[in-house]
Amino acid sequence: MKRSSHDAREAVLGSVRSALAGGQRGSADSIPREYRGRRHVEALPELFRERVAEYRAAVHTTDSAGAPETVLGVLERADARRVVVPEGLPAQWSDPVAERHDTLEDRPRLSTTTLENADAVLTTCTVGIATTGTIVLDHGPGQGRRALTLLPDTHVCLVAASRVVDDVPAALAELDPVGPMTFISGPSATSDIELERVEGVHGPRDLHVVIVGDV
Amino acid sequence: MSGVDLGMPTFPDAARQAVRDAQLRHNLGRATSTIRNKRAAVVDELDDWEQLRASGAAIKAHTLSRLDTYLERFEAAVTAAGGTVHWARDAAEANRIVTELVRETGETEAVKVKSMATQEIGLNEALASAGISAWETDLAELIVQLDEDRPSHILVPAIHRNRSEIREIFRREMAGSGTPAPADLTDDPVQLAEAARHHLREKFLRANVAISGANFAVAETGSLVVVESEGNGRMCLTMPDNLISVVGIEKLVPSWRDLEVFLQLLPRSSTGERMNPYTSVLSGVTEGDGPSNFHVVLLDNGRSEALADEVGSQALRCIRCSACLNVCPVYERAGGHAYGSVYPGPIGAVLTPQLYGVESEDTASLPYASTLCGACYDVCPVAIEIPELLVHLRNRTTRERKGWFDRLTGTAMRGLGWVFGDSKRLGRAQRIASLGGRLFGRRGIGRLPWPMSRWTDARDAPAPAPESFRQWWERNRTGSGDER
Amino acid sequence: MRVALFATCLGDTLFPGAVRATLRVLERLGCTVEFPPGQTCCGQMHTNTGYHEQAVPAVRSFVAAFEGYDHVVAPSGSCVGSIRHQHDIVAERGGDRKLSEAVGRVSPHVYELSEFLVDVLGVTDVGAYFPHRVTYHPTCHSLRMLRVGDKPRRLLSEVRGIRLLELPEAEQCCGFGGTFALKNPDVSVAMGADKTRHVRETGAEVLCASDSSCLMHMGGLLDRQREGIRTMHLAEILAGTEEDR
Repeated sequence: MKRSSHDAREAVLGSVRSALAGGQRGSADSIPREYRGRRHVEALPELFRERVAEYRAAVHTTDSAGAPETVLGVLERADARRVVVPEGLPAQWSDPVAERHDTLEDRPRLSTTTLENADAVLTTCTVGIATTGTIVLDHGPGQGRRALTLLPDTHVCLVAASRVVDDVPAALAELDPVGPMTFISGPSATSDIELERVEGVHGPRDLHVVIVGDV
Repeated sequence: MSGVDLGMPTFPDAARQAVRDAQLRHNLGRATSTIRNKRAAVVDELDDWEQLRASGAAIKAHTLSRLDTYLERFEAAVTAAGGTVHWARDAAEANRIVTELVRETGETEAVKVKSMATQEIGLNEALASAGISAWETDLAELIVQLDEDRPSHILVPAIHRNRSEIREIFRREMAGSGTPAPADLTDDPVQLAEAARHHLREKFLRANVAISGANFAVAETGSLVVVESEGNGRMCLTMPDNLISVVGIEKLVPSWRDLEVFLQLLPRSSTGERMNPYTSVLSGVTEGDGPSNFHVVLLDNGRSEALADEVGSQALRCIRCSACLNVCPVYERAGGHAYGSVYPGPIGAVLTPQLYGVESEDTASLPYASTLCGACYDVCPVAIEIPELLVHLRNRTTRERKGWFDRLTGTAMRGLGWVFGDSKRLGRAQRIASLGGRLFGRRGIGRLPWPMSRWTDARDAPAPAPESFRQWWERNRTGSGDER
Repeated sequence: MRVALFATCLGDTLFPGAVRATLRVLERLGCTVEFPPGQTCCGQMHTNTGYHEQAVPAVRSFVAAFEGYDHVVAPSGSCVGSIRHQHDIVAERGGDRKLSEAVGRVSPHVYELSEFLVDVLGVTDVGAYFPHRVTYHPTCHSLRMLRVGDKPRRLLSEVRGIRLLELPEAEQCCGFGGTFALKNPDVSVAMGADKTRHVRETGAEVLCASDSSCLMHMGGLLDRQREGIRTMHLAEILAGTEEDR
């Protein structure tokens, strides 16, 4: 198979080159980029809150003093007993949870079954996008590997207000795709049946976004 | 690659059946109007939509103009990030590569993320014949697969089915391939989605191989981007230890920054959302997170040939949003199956003939499956001039096809062209026609024999005027300059 | 103002009333109208059916007839669309550089009637009178090829006595599509049936449009339905005055 793969590579590239022979080869610099690199937003956290909520995620606004209480309240209402806490989540967020819930740390790696049976996961995120109501996880410290935010039914995500940007261009400028990344806008959803939106298919059914104002 | 007979009826024949299916017309009309309105609302929100659209078109056009360079760059980046890149000239080669990659894992099943490329090459069927079960995990794809049906829409493959039909399919078929549907399943979409979650959960947690496509492939970083809603994509890209992604060579974008354009254009155009629920970015292998064995199969399958056509190559900009399907009045009446290809609607009508040639009747009928109304171009996020492409491909069809009917039409068109080449000839033809017109009087013509019956079966036809405008002008305005 | 009238082959042969109405409106507004006798057809039917090479004679006759005029007016969005957006393609396919150059000189001077009235003459009130219930279907090529926008509606709204009724889903294609109507009669008729249903819903007596071709299709369906709804070209409504009563 190795051999034929090499032939295929040369054949495809050769075919592409002969298709392009004689044609204009554009320069990337000449691509027009007259769209808005920044979008004027009056109040970023407010728009973010509004847009996240529109996709039926629950949004909570608080400050760093009130955040632990808010998180505990969310977990309680979700009846979450086993809560996954990724590595690198600051102690100021994880400790209060550990006092009242069974926290599951991913070291050693939690089994799929354990994750499947966990009730919730608490993470931070890398950036929030106001215009689209999106949180972006780069799965670094405080966010955990991807399975952690995929299998438990409830995802609670802490978003520092200072990490909220206006729109997609500003967000991508903050991100470096060296590892996996997940953009999340509301809970898992489908519109495959008569275009009617239903939340909660394979990803977490409930997404709670906790905006922390003074971080 | 050209001259592939998809073995389907021609568009007019297939559409005739579809138009008579009242249930189908109802399902489609309802679904397309819902999504049309959603799209319009979120597009109107952005005052720089046209600028985004121009950039999207330019980025894609630029990438295609240097595709060889970007393909090599992408390959190098994926390889450096721990992945393996394979190249496939055509469907058979891609299927062989994927089959062997699955076999090497020792597994006999794989979970699949919805992917147009793998549908295009008929991967599921190829895997099945090698004894490998490929489970579709997108809800609509699951419906289609369970029913052994064909997808009829790029984004919502089961758009032709309504909730009660879906309930029947789940109750009848789920048990045959895993967790059965609950006995008391109703046609409530919430319950139907729950049944799908339950049915597929077991497969996600068990599977060791996933197969995906990609919405974008970033040459600079070797990243694959998968845009989805349900979380089945995240499941497939995260849980199994082996991932095989089949990616058309036109999916490339040069740099990470380019996604800032497409991640605005795609969700708004396709699902009518500001952002789709989940977008996964995967850049090679990451220790401890997701697959450790990662393969990308770069698929040509007719694309490089389409690239050679200066006008036709525009179709390769397509980001598979399906906005053109949702606004197309022909698609809305005929449905996706009538196009006989995994790519239905206006984009299918320009893509399919380029990927498979126009030698067979079915693909040759596709460029004619449009009134050239232009609604598709207006909504296309990468500004593909679909009406112009359709006309271009019609021209290719008339030049390449040599059947008796094509020759007959060609002769008639040449004759008519000759008449239009000279006003004296046209004047003579009009005088003959107006004689006929006087016979009919000014009443409409009821029923005529074939081929004019194709008009008059449902519509009256106008009789030629007793006096053409030209004759009137000559009589009233030339020579003496008489007024009426 | 000196204006050359392009009757279009369909208008000339099948719908001369619409062409005479165009003439009448233009002359009433003070234009000196000429009918270059060498004109035939824009070649659109050939081009849009894929017979570019066979459209060359029509394009050739068009530029020969209209070269040198500053203003060429036609009562058809579709034909003008083809002239402005396709003649260059046909000429290039024909491989005749001289023809391509001539096309480049002629086509920018060609206007659809409502464009000419509103943009060139700068009028929306053409002094018309039409005391009937009318609904207007904006044809696809005037809307999406020429981008005439609301110009026809602005002209109609100034007509005295008219009651202009909103057509639901007005911007959806009527299903004509040139040879599409013959190659795909089932879809064509299905689209036309929805269009005429919307027309009936308005309660209009007259369905108006700026293209005789689309009107031929919709009118053919309406006539078969025997609902008593007439079709009229925009020019025919604009041509009527109070003196005609």
